[in-house]
Amino acid sequence: MANFLTFADAPRVMLENVSFSFSGAMLFSSLDFEIKGGQWTCLLGPSGCGKSTLLRLISGSLREGFSGTIRFGGVKETKGQTAWMAQKDLLLPWLTVLNNVLMGARLRGEVSGQRVETAISLLKAVGLGHCTNELPATLSGGMRQRVALVRTLMEDRPVILMDEPFSALDALTRIKLQNLAAELVQGATVLLVTHDPLEALRLGHRIYVMTGSPTRLGRVVLPPGQPPRNLDNPAISAMHARLLEQLVVTV
Amino acid sequence: MIFLRLSVISIGLILIWQVVVYLTGSPPYILPGPLPVAKALVAKWETLWFHAWITIAEIVAGLVIGSLLGATSALIMMASRSLKRWLLPVFVISQAVPVFALAPLLVLWLGYGMGSKITMAVLIIFFPVTAAFYDGLRRTEPEWLELGRVMNASPSAILYHIRIPAALPAFASGLRVATAVAPIGAIVGEWVGSSAGLGFYMLHANARMQTDLMFAALALLVTVALILYFLVDWMMKKIVYWQIEE
Repeated sequence: MANFLTFADAPRVMLENVSFSFSGAMLFSSLDFEIKGGQWTCLLGPSGCGKSTLLRLISGSLREGFSGTIRFGGVKETKGQTAWMAQKDLLLPWLTVLNNVLMGARLRGEVSGQRVETAISLLKAVGLGHCTNELPATLSGGMRQRVALVRTLMEDRPVILMDEPFSALDALTRIKLQNLAAELVQGATVLLVTHDPLEALRLGHRIYVMTGSPTRLGRVVLPPGQPPRNLDNPAISAMHARLLEQLVVTV
Repeated sequence: MIFLRLSVISIGLILIWQVVVYLTGSPPYILPGPLPVAKALVAKWETLWFHAWITIAEIVAGLVIGSLLGATSALIMMASRSLKRWLLPVFVISQAVPVFALAPLLVLWLGYGMGSKITMAVLIIFFPVTAAFYDGLRRTEPEWLELGRVMNASPSAILYHIRIPAALPAFASGLRVATAVAPIGAIVGEWVGSSAGLGFYMLHANARMQTDLMFAALALLVTVALILYFLVDWMMKKIVYWQIEE
């Protein structure tokens, strides 16, 4: 598949002394965390442990109750650094597939012929070249999430934050979309929040389990080989068992 | 299908009407049957149509002005919380005063022409449109807004590209309600003081005990109101093409 976007020199993301409280409860206290540049980092943890909150803090969309520093490479400014892909596809129902993909450019008044061309090429690359003028309501769940993936890529940001983007899909569509995402965002710094240890083992260069209150990060898990991985490797199965064990302990 | 349903309902209502006339034995000046009313409608068609056009113009002008004012008010309330705190009580007070009570004053201030009737229609239309559109603007999917912010969109771009389109289905619902109640404003205004319009013509016929003509004017008013409602509904379905249909 052709590479339309390159993520050369994607920065690492450094969280330093990050604290966050919500309704009087301390979710993070003096948390230090490094997300390696150009790699997939996966966060696992029980519901309510703050996985999505951590993504929101990094994206800059959540600031109330936050203290600490978040750096992208050497830069403290979050603006223009991150793209967001959520569990829901968040397609705007009044826009065609093409215009949904161009949503960021439309919002910033940056639509150009070149962007439209890139958008169409990317849609073709994910097998949706025939749907550019369709409305989201006419698409299946898997197709909609592919559009959301292309919209995320079109932002051309070095850091991609993914909040359980594949969890609502059926098993086969999920694997196809995981492969597609792994291929298309190669080289970007990706932080993927997931409930599924197997998904983390398929896609992640580094995996962390979030535990405790205030939330801490467990020891890093480094699966062997390059993602997307086949899960028939015995080493991966053993890691899966250990991750499950850790998750069961945290609940 | 909708025309078939409407035809069946109309025929059913006319049959019930005829049965009531037959069973009660009411004299024609109290309750005329469907046939005398139809005859009066045909005999006075030109006069009725002249008055109907005036009422239609008042309703349509009220709808256009009321909707624009309602949409603008909702946007102002959305844009500024402090303005909202001042405006909202004013809107509620405007609805607490019955429009029937205001009608004589409006006629006194704006005269017997169309101005007072259009104002009455605007007063009735304004609130459902404002309330529905404001509600729609407020209830925009929070994750769409968050996505917009992560994409570095300005608040005005988020309003224009996300909030307003997302609120259009709610606006359409408000406009449908407004269209259904708009004739009330125009007709009440015509009753209180006017020299033309279906409301005026009904009063005129009533004073002369021409009950069949009153019913003919009423039938025309209902037809006009239904056509307007379905026209607005059709337009909203075309414009807000993404709204969920059950």
